[in-house]
Amino acid sequence: MVDNKPEGCVSPAAGPLVAGAGRESGSPPSNAQGKEERRMNVSVGKEAPDFEAAAFHAGGFKNVRLSSFRGKWVLLCFYPGDFTFV
Amino acid sequence: MSAVADKAKEFAKLDVQVLACSTDSRFVHKIWQEQELSKMVEGGFPFPMLSDAGGRIGAVYGVFDEEAGVDVRGRFIIDPDGIVQAIEILTPPVGRKVAESVRQLQAFQHVRKTKGAEACPAGWEPGKPTLKVGPDLVGKVWTVWKPNE
Repeated sequence: MVDNKPEGCVSPAAGPLVAGAGRESGSPPSNAQGKEERRMNVSVGKEAPDFEAAAFHAGGFKNVRLSSFRGKWVLLCFYPGDFTFV
Repeated sequence: MSAVADKAKEFAKLDVQVLACSTDSRFVHKIWQEQELSKMVEGGFPFPMLSDAGGRIGAVYGVFDEEAGVDVRGRFIIDPDGIVQAIEILTPPVGRKVAESVRQLQAFQHVRKTKGAEACPAGWEPGKPTLKVGPDLVGKVWTVWKPNE
């Protein structure tokens, strides 16, 4: 879990933290995203790719990192968008 | 997502951390929570709502639709070691059955508890018989399990 910074209009989060993408945890997010990270890289029985994302939770904003939940079961749900119908 | 929120107590009982993720900003998540989700389910959506700006995370997880610019409905069960145990990906017009995610989590947790000595057959639910996997069971599953029971 990443600490809260002063709230601005844009709060960069590192996004995918894919091995070999050249960014270590804690290093500043870069605009130069490698093409490789855009390929699907997930299969059952394999490690879930780590990422850091800006999040809304319990009334506040914070950055959330998948690997901070090691030791717990995680249900990760993607969905097409807020205010959609289903 | 309201359907997931509705099962929050069950996820808590199983000690499961739920994370929701879409390409919306955290600001939109906040307003959706306040204006709609909190009116559908008491307390609203109690788990972190992640912003996947530009679909970069979704692309890695194979759920980003580049033409539509959104993450489609993808659900991943990740175990305490960070290993993906289950994947379900749907196109947008059909919703998930969240009870099935709960059931799968219960089954995977059971398998993990037995260190893989037991397997959960089709349709398994807590309390139903599991299979003690090993050479002795080969060709004899019919003696301990039937699909319609």
